Amino acid sequence: MLDRAIKGGPKYWGWLIFLLVIMATGLACYLYQFKVGLKITGMSRDVSWGLYISQLTYLVGIAAGGVMVALPCYLHDYKAFARITVLGEGLAVAAILMCLLFVMVDLGQIVRLVNIIIYPHPRSILFWDMIVLNVYMFLNLLIGWNVMAAERKGIHYQKWVKVLIYISIPWAFTIHTVTAFLYAGLPGRHFWLTAIMAPRFLASAFCSGPALLLLICIIVRKTTNFDPGKKQMRMLGGIIAYAFILNIFFFLMEVFTAFYSQIPGHMHTLVYLFAGLDGYGRLVPWMWTFAAVSVVALVLLIVPATRRKEDTLIVACIAVIIATWIDKGLGLVIGGFIPNPFDRIFEYWPTTPEILITLGVWATGFFVLTVLFKMAISIKEEVAA
Amino acid sequence: MGVNRRKFLKIAGLSTFLGLGGKTAFELLAPGKLEAALPIMAGKRWAMVIDMRRMNEETIAKCQEACHREHNIPDLGDPKVEIKWIWAEEFEHAFPDQENEYIPEKVKHKNVMLLCNHCSNPPCCRVCPTGATWQREDGIVMMDWHRCIGCRFCMAGCPYGSRSFNWGDPRKAPKDLNPDFPTNREFPTRSKGVVEKCTFCDERLAKGQLPACVEAADKMGKDLVIFGDLADPESNVRQALSKHYAIRRKPELGTSPNVYYII
Repeated sequence: MLDRAIKGGPKYWGWLIFLLVIMATGLACYLYQFKVGLKITGMSRDVSWGLYISQLTYLVGIAAGGVMVALPCYLHDYKAFARITVLGEGLAVAAILMCLLFVMVDLGQIVRLVNIIIYPHPRSILFWDMIVLNVYMFLNLLIGWNVMAAERKGIHYQKWVKVLIYISIPWAFTIHTVTAFLYAGLPGRHFWLTAIMAPRFLASAFCSGPALLLLICIIVRKTTNFDPGKKQMRMLGGIIAYAFILNIFFFLMEVFTAFYSQIPGHMHTLVYLFAGLDGYGRLVPWMWTFAAVSVVALVLLIVPATRRKEDTLIVACIAVIIATWIDKGLGLVIGGFIPNPFDRIFEYWPTTPEILITLGVWATGFFVLTVLFKMAISIKEEVAA
Repeated sequence: MGVNRRKFLKIAGLSTFLGLGGKTAFELLAPGKLEAALPIMAGKRWAMVIDMRRMNEETIAKCQEACHREHNIPDLGDPKVEIKWIWAEEFEHAFPDQENEYIPEKVKHKNVMLLCNHCSNPPCCRVCPTGATWQREDGIVMMDWHRCIGCRFCMAGCPYGSRSFNWGDPRKAPKDLNPDFPTNREFPTRSKGVVEKCTFCDERLAKGQLPACVEAADKMGKDLVIFGDLADPESNVRQALSKHYAIRRKPELGTSPNVYYII
């Protein structure tokens, strides 16, 4: 099946070379970081996790979001989605790969990575996160690969693949629940110490993942002979709408608890994020962008006419991706460290090499995604022809 | 302690072979005997009581200097990435939950000596994915700098900001700020990319010595900083705590810190 990945037009190759250039730049910066240490990043003793770990958090959501195609298809027998389940699986594989890479680039001692396996500590959530992420990636790779192979031969996939599919659906929920637990169980980090962290993560995942998938489906339709389908797009739009409303609802619940209780620790980070605290407010413009873009997304998704019209649905999806990225890929992780345990504020902003490494990891993910989708769609085109 | 199986067999075998007279190494190195022979400071729950009434910026600086020289902690010249095992923090920031608008100015801005609390219920040990930080039977929260992968989960988990990460290579710290680094040739320096923190001077306790900061404080005044075993009702720390009202940092988090402050 891999042979289909090396048969492509100039646009396909141009895109892959473009990604390779970004990957190479990221790798060069990473080698520099490997040599001198994480001091080349904007992280500090106060904000000890930054862009890398927040990308991990965001991308676990993208990966889990893929299940919103598999679940209606296999559990609710919504057959129309059978056309695009493999795209959801491909997205999940690429997203988890990025997650794992983001953990790796964030480690101070990457060469000791295996210590997590040879000295396992099940009391650590990171241990479980490693397990659920890896298992989910291989589940999706196995499922997607075998479903595609069966489709190519014009036969139904084997029974054991179905068993894996039934395992992978609840597994998608575990990956984002466990990732939320990385944050939600830490004493003294008030912003993260919330029981709805996991529900929030899931809601955010189930809108951001499908939104990205929908945009990719449209690109696929424009660049290949495979049409993911109008009906499918419309259904995805509905799923995104519900999940995004839930996401914003959960966020507002956090705001209520913090401000009605008036407990300073619970309010401080939100104040820092949206208004600035003690004169520090580097994330304020970002968070108001999140708010504005969220309103746009809500309106476009709730009004049936705009949700069903493709142009406006595309705008809504872009808005959802921007909003969820700022919320989870920026505000949530960085905000959790501000103010620090001493009620002091030390701000964080990524450095250029840090951003280039981050882009390099994203490019790696998109490279894998492109190759996987190229194979899947070539097969779909052949079968259709 | 200090004698592993391999070494034991080597010494025992060699001494038997050479036919050393009197007691054989087998007897000398029998489990427990060696430990008893060394002046190890034994405790079940090590704790520290700091008399804040008599501590000030200067005394804290002396304790910090003793600690940082003992443990080869370089001055990096940048507060954002500095390594600190002991440091001074203003009262209102050391105890942010003790907020009160009318705290006397001298208390509000008074410096408090901060270090790892060696919590009885340490979140850092809970979150560590490799067991590179763990709790010893005597209560000390230890670090293994060779096992740490540098994920910094412990730094997110510690509610006291007691953990420092080596963002760069500490051995390459600016020479002008650290002319005589490493200051203690008997203590290891760290590599980049690992987390470190106060270990209650486990290496000194093993030799029957008090922690470096306590020793430094003793030179400045009696009982400025007291170190002892909380499990022993007769210990100096228990007596100090029964005589004086002392507070701990953020006890409401359930971490049960073992560093007390007499106020």
